[in-house]
Amino acid sequence: MEVKLSLDFKGLLCPLPVVKLAQTIKQVEIGELVEAVATDPGVMADIPAWTRSTGNELVTLEKRDDKTFRFVVKRLK
Amino acid sequence: MTEKKDKLTLVVLSGDLDKVMASFIIATGAAAAGMEVVMFFTFWGLKAIQKDGILTGKGLFGRMLGLMNRGGLNAIGPSRLNMGGLGRWMFKLMMKQKGVTPLPELRRLAIDLGVKLMPCQMSMDVMEIDRSDLIPECTEPVGVATMLEHARESSIQYFI
Repeated sequence: MEVKLSLDFKGLLCPLPVVKLAQTIKQVEIGELVEAVATDPGVMADIPAWTRSTGNELVTLEKRDDKTFRFVVKRLK
Repeated sequence: MTEKKDKLTLVVLSGDLDKVMASFIIATGAAAAGMEVVMFFTFWGLKAIQKDGILTGKGLFGRMLGLMNRGGLNAIGPSRLNMGGLGRWMFKLMMKQKGVTPLPELRRLAIDLGVKLMPCQMSMDVMEIDRSDLIPECTEPVGVATMLEHARESSIQYFI
């Protein structure tokens, strides 16, 4: 499925990755995908926690070789 | 028994940079997760919603308090190792170097996310802090019954 919105979260620290994700996910329709790249290792725990508490779906979350973290979230709420 | 909502009530008694920072991080994180968030600012906590660069107090003691314990997010220092403002300078610099969101921006973010900021009337009376000394975004001053009404229906309550 195609990603509707790509976000750059590089350099952002807690709580900004979840705050920015919560704010920008509203720009896509329900069922659409949002992708982001972050540098804060805290997102490995926090993005799954955020999707569980908000009822959205975490499609992928990976640590990449360049020490960035990429995740894709599907808006369900 | 009141039913609990997906809601967070924070009582912010501390006016220290570190504790106020933690309070706003928890508040913005909760708001981002879709929770309703209410923050009560009491005693030293009022310093976190006081306007920058003003002196509070009416009588002698009130004015002394306002002078020796200045408010506003740029004036407050860490709870430990402040060393007459050196610690505040050092922590701010270290946080800036690491790209941590500055406290004024964090509070702005909380307001934009719909977090309610409520000042405690009794502390304002004791410390001689006027409603006009506080930032316009906070609600009218409230008392303990209002705080408890919110806390009772909140699934999370914190006292900081």
